[in-house]
Amino acid sequence: MTTTKHIQLLLRMPVAAILLGLVSACTTMPAQTLQEEPARHAVEDVVRDDVNYAVDVYDPWEPMNRRIYNFNTKFDRYIFLPVVSAYEFVLPNFVEDGISNVFSNIGELENFINSVLQLKPEPTFTALGRFIINTTVGVAGLWDPATKIGIDEWDEDFGQTLGRYGVGDGPFLVLPIFGPSNLRDTAGLVADSAMFSAIDPFDFDDKNDDWEAPYYLLNAIDKRHRTAFRYYETGSPFEYELIRLLYGKARQLEISK
Amino acid sequence: MMKSRRSLLFLFALLMSTHGWATTESYGYPLADPYAATVIGTPRDLKAEPKPIRGGHVKNFKLKLFEDRAKPDIFWYDQGLRTAVAYQKHKAPLIFLIAGTGASFDSPKNRGLARAFYKAGFHVAAISSSTHPNFIISASSSRLPGHLMDDSRDMYRAMELLMEKLGDSVEVSDFYITGYSLGGAQAAFLSKLDEDKRAFNFKKVLMINPPVSLFNSVMILDGMLDSIPGGVDNFQAFLDRLMDAFTEVYTTEDQVEFNDEFLYNVYKYRPPKDEEPLAALIGTSFRMSSASMVFTSDLMTNAGYIVPKNRVLSRSDSLADYSKVAHRITFLQYFDELLYPYYRIQQPGLQREALLDQLSLRSIEDYLRNSEKIHVVHNADDLILAPGEIDFFREVFGSRARIYPTGGHCGNIDYQQNVKYMLDIFTGQGGK
Repeated sequence: MTTTKHIQLLLRMPVAAILLGLVSACTTMPAQTLQEEPARHAVEDVVRDDVNYAVDVYDPWEPMNRRIYNFNTKFDRYIFLPVVSAYEFVLPNFVEDGISNVFSNIGELENFINSVLQLKPEPTFTALGRFIINTTVGVAGLWDPATKIGIDEWDEDFGQTLGRYGVGDGPFLVLPIFGPSNLRDTAGLVADSAMFSAIDPFDFDDKNDDWEAPYYLLNAIDKRHRTAFRYYETGSPFEYELIRLLYGKARQLEISK
Repeated sequence: MMKSRRSLLFLFALLMSTHGWATTESYGYPLADPYAATVIGTPRDLKAEPKPIRGGHVKNFKLKLFEDRAKPDIFWYDQGLRTAVAYQKHKAPLIFLIAGTGASFDSPKNRGLARAFYKAGFHVAAISSSTHPNFIISASSSRLPGHLMDDSRDMYRAMELLMEKLGDSVEVSDFYITGYSLGGAQAAFLSKLDEDKRAFNFKKVLMINPPVSLFNSVMILDGMLDSIPGGVDNFQAFLDRLMDAFTEVYTTEDQVEFNDEFLYNVYKYRPPKDEEPLAALIGTSFRMSSASMVFTSDLMTNAGYIVPKNRVLSRSDSLADYSKVAHRITFLQYFDELLYPYYRIQQPGLQREALLDQLSLRSIEDYLRNSEKIHVVHNADDLILAPGEIDFFREVFGSRARIYPTGGHCGNIDYQQNVKYMLDIFTGQGGK
């Protein structure tokens, strides 16, 4: 489970938009009472203009991003993780693994489409080969024999496709529930989701209408289950800065692959 | 250089065996270079417990040690000292594990030890280092970590509260304690405290690769940054390059904490170029820990050290500039500019040298010498020891010290042979 994948949760959850509205409503501004005094090691004295600091990432919407980051922390703590814990408590490990495999197998569709769009033969055949093997030998994707024989998953998404064709990161963006992203990857997320809807492999639009919501819910729970990251448990007071940096670097790496 | 170091070590090992300190059986830890050992640790197939134990019983806690603890709003997310206990469903001995500098209760090294002890039938209670931001915010009385006895007092309170929370749900026969690096030194101080307080009556204590003088050790670590190509002024560029490698590790490993072990994983994944010595990486990793520590302490005490005094940071303020400054602060500066001034107020007339003495195992030397229950495992080539300091352990602990010829700083902590010896100490089959 990669960092960037954990972010790609639940695009379709309609609550996300509503929650976003809530975030901006719950900020507090503590009153400042005492006179400020300059710091012994003041930023002005130490930080130099002629040095490029990796920690500086283009983030014009930082105050909003930080609020959403904090909102995600609370959502995780009070809603998401308790749900995931219950899921892990109820289901035996092999069932959880089976569910993860099924969603990964469905994800090969996205990997395949984006590999084709990027004209990259290796990931194209990886996605295709994995899908065929895991759907047949792996019984509808419940098992992952492809990885066992050495064909590892190769993640491709539309954000990477855009990056491959030269679209820059754009501003850093923290999405509600999904987590760290940037403008390009958010557009990619929307596009991937739209593609999935257009192809509609499970006929959610018509016959299996009732299964759509449970499908996305389970998908979201499975993704969180597979993601070790916990907000504000990295032990660094500079966590937001570090995650912001790592997100950008990780995506560059994935795009270059 | 390498060659002469190896042959020296060999000679050293020979000498030791004639003096009866060293192992009689041969020692199989594979890395002879202490820097490589420190960074790489133990290769996976030689680790005692490489895999997590599935189906163990774990309780997590967020301990509230202070009523109405005031803290800056930007630490809103900190809800108490995080700890975890892996418990057996029957009566069993409980061992406390104290993490090393900057590390949390859940650090990879603590996890490795926890697995081994859990599998051997212990309840395991893992405690974060007093230098970890969570500890500073939620458990430190002074909010300025670094004083061995004071930090241990805070830790002792946390351990007592933890046992209170556990209540009758976990049946404990006896208490034991161990810790690595700084946590190793603290294990001894905790044991000393316990002689008076008697909350635990520790049966045995094991110090794993502790420093002798905290000050000497941090000076060595500060100095390692000098080996950055181009000197400390190039720290930023060096860190930036490292960041690229970080990313690969962060996205492929399960590691989710930014600590020294994270950096070491980086190295394993993508070894640095020749001109970037491992010492620089080790120095950097400690600098990252200290940057987090100093920034947290600064805010918790409103010291006006990096952040202007009385400035109220909001949850949406950027901390990037402060992080740039924090990463330039040395341990020496922290000691001279924050820790010593604080203790000079606590202990009027305190000389700098006297404080340095308090931050050393030598301050409890008699206790260590006369307490049969305290053991130490160490490495002759440990990087955090000043020249000759290893002899302190030989001399004070005698047969209760096991000094391995190699392993660097904690590199061999989860090596099969080491873990077996540790377990033997606590199960009474070895180490006297």
